Amino acid sequence: MTKMNMIAALNSALEHQLQRDENVVIFGEDVGYFGGVFRVTAKLQEKFGAHRVFDSPLAEGGIAAIAMGMGINGLRPVAEIQFADYIFPAYDQIVNEIAKLRHRSGGEFTAPLTFRTPAGGGIKGGHHHSQSPEAQFTHTPGLKVVYCSNPYNAKGLLTSAIESNDPVIFFEPKRCYRGPFYGDPHNVPTWNDHPDGEVPDEYYSIPLEQARIVQEGSACTVIAWGAMVHVSEQAIKDSGIDCELIDLQTLVPWDRDTVVNSVKKTGRCVIVHEAPKTSGFGAEMSASIQERCFYNLEAPIIRVTGWDTPFPHTTEWDYLPSPERIAEAIKKTQEE
Amino acid sequence: MTERKTIATTPYTIGVAPFRPGDESSFGGSFTEKPGDLNRPDPAKCDSQDTVKHASGLIRVMDDDNKAKGEWDPALSAETMIQGLEYMMRLRIFDDRMLKMQRTGKLSFYMRSFGEEAVAIAQTMALETQDWIFPSYRQPGAQFVRGRDMVSMICHCIGNTEDNVKGRQMPVHYTWKEGRFISISSPVGTQFSQAVGVAMASAYKGLDEVCISWLGDGTSAQGDYHYALNFASTFKPPVILNVVNNQWAISTHKNLATGGRTFAERGLAYDIPSLRVDGNDFLALYSVTKWARERAGAGLGPTHIEVYTYRAGAHSSSDDPSAYRPDNEFEFWPGGDPVERLKLHLIETKLWDEKKHTALEKKIDDEVMTAYKEACEFGDLASGPYPPASTIFTEVYETVPWHVQEQREELGK
Repeated sequence: MTKMNMIAALNSALEHQLQRDENVVIFGEDVGYFGGVFRVTAKLQEKFGAHRVFDSPLAEGGIAAIAMGMGINGLRPVAEIQFADYIFPAYDQIVNEIAKLRHRSGGEFTAPLTFRTPAGGGIKGGHHHSQSPEAQFTHTPGLKVVYCSNPYNAKGLLTSAIESNDPVIFFEPKRCYRGPFYGDPHNVPTWNDHPDGEVPDEYYSIPLEQARIVQEGSACTVIAWGAMVHVSEQAIKDSGIDCELIDLQTLVPWDRDTVVNSVKKTGRCVIVHEAPKTSGFGAEMSASIQERCFYNLEAPIIRVTGWDTPFPHTTEWDYLPSPERIAEAIKKTQEE
Repeated sequence: MTERKTIATTPYTIGVAPFRPGDESSFGGSFTEKPGDLNRPDPAKCDSQDTVKHASGLIRVMDDDNKAKGEWDPALSAETMIQGLEYMMRLRIFDDRMLKMQRTGKLSFYMRSFGEEAVAIAQTMALETQDWIFPSYRQPGAQFVRGRDMVSMICHCIGNTEDNVKGRQMPVHYTWKEGRFISISSPVGTQFSQAVGVAMASAYKGLDEVCISWLGDGTSAQGDYHYALNFASTFKPPVILNVVNNQWAISTHKNLATGGRTFAERGLAYDIPSLRVDGNDFLALYSVTKWARERAGAGLGPTHIEVYTYRAGAHSSSDDPSAYRPDNEFEFWPGGDPVERLKLHLIETKLWDEKKHTALEKKIDDEVMTAYKEACEFGDLASGPYPPASTIFTEVYETVPWHVQEQREELGK
């Protein structure tokens, strides 16, 4: 075990993959010599050579296409999209090409590849360094969508994502790269004192499709992913209500059994995400939960999300779900 | 280089097609560029600046008298040329038969390669069998070169139980892994930049493989085209990138699609050796592709080729070109008909005659009809059988996830 922040943990996962599988190649904007703007690929080019870890021209659409071509021809590329906000030039390649390749070719061609991309707000990034566009990928059959939340699951989930023979969009909550974010921008601790900052040096993986029960509880199920896991944890503490907190981890395919079992137990549910409410993944979950848990529900399912507006700059704390808003929702589920 | 025609009276420049319905098309008779005008640089030493004239000129081999001339003459054996002619005839006859099937409701859709038969066929023949083909919808002919069974191709076009892509894609969207013929996709141009990735993987593995890809003059406006050129220029993988300039993207003439110089010349700005070739000249196409293959094999990376041709048919079975261009424009195209030209070259050199040609046409037509009938035994469009509905749900992921499985059960098939 070593104390690692999320950046070091992701770097460790990448290093193991480069060691274990010579077909793994890593590329993207600034990932080579410099090691990435967030340092996730630091020193990997030095260790493994510029043919395996390299800088690409600034063209996300090209990066995605190159990854698909490499995947078709036997490699297992891991491409970085520097910010999730900048994935859209690659959207056609991802949605129309990569996601459909296996199906459209009758299974004759596949492209196992992973797009890593820092997502989410809380860094004063304004419209275009803050978005959390997971729902724009959960709506595309053929893709797996993963969202890590801490160093331990970041390493384990990224390992599984790279080893998956399906294309994976892997979101990293950049607000949590260096520490868990509990909703107070003036007080962000490091991962040093957090149990999930204890990361094995050796190889391990966490299966995709499994949610993680962060804490058990009986009064309300709170579901979150990415940075919102920690904000929800704070909100639960503040509310004083005995909540079960679930970190979804994989959004497609999501772990419905864990969620449904929890909601059947608690009879109440709050879903938290940073992305806008309308057509957010919370809507999908909410619909699925009521289909399964209608007779167990004691209160309407509440979504606490970003607003249906562009992501703001200086007012981001009024945009992101706060511990206060989440705690209020939890309390509301307890009303008769 | 041909002049671009524009409307001069608008506040900005609007391109116009040279001829519209009712006009008499004229492209000046024959090409001003002649075989022998351009040298053949040493492919193992050539850089982009050695191809400046080749990118603005036109590489030709077969002259107006049907004789092969100049440094680019690939000096093919009679056997190879007759084989090429046979593939092109097969493609045209196959296309004509399939279009008839579409017209009588036996296929949902079809796209012919009419007038462009030489493109995929000569170019694939110039490659090695381990090379990757990453086609657009106008290069199905490559499959004949690689030996794909026509029954299998027709089963795909019908979308019946023997369609290897299980009725999931429109006709002509072939996939054929055995022939290293990568799945065709409808969004135009996406394959171009993917092909660069395929070639990078070959280079990474140290294999003697090349990837060839094509897109159209209209599609070259897409970002994917420019991504492909820039990534190819940056990483220099063994890739052959062809712009098939067939003048028309549905109704959009190339004059409306770009104000640039030749398509080939764009490659020079990326420092990629770039050639412009008469796309209806089988020998010239074969020769430039062989040259590009040699370059790639020598580790010199990409070649950019403008294949100068004419889309003689409609864009697809859903298109009616008489609404936007003169019906007989193809007759005036200086490049002529690629099948006819190779045939005349072979006749000129005493390797072929009309009698053999007619007999071969008849033989192929019979084979196509036989293949069609055989394919229909696995289901026709009107009455099926089609692939089972369960194929909707399979191969979306490596294994069927729970939510997709539930939906399959909901369908109950």
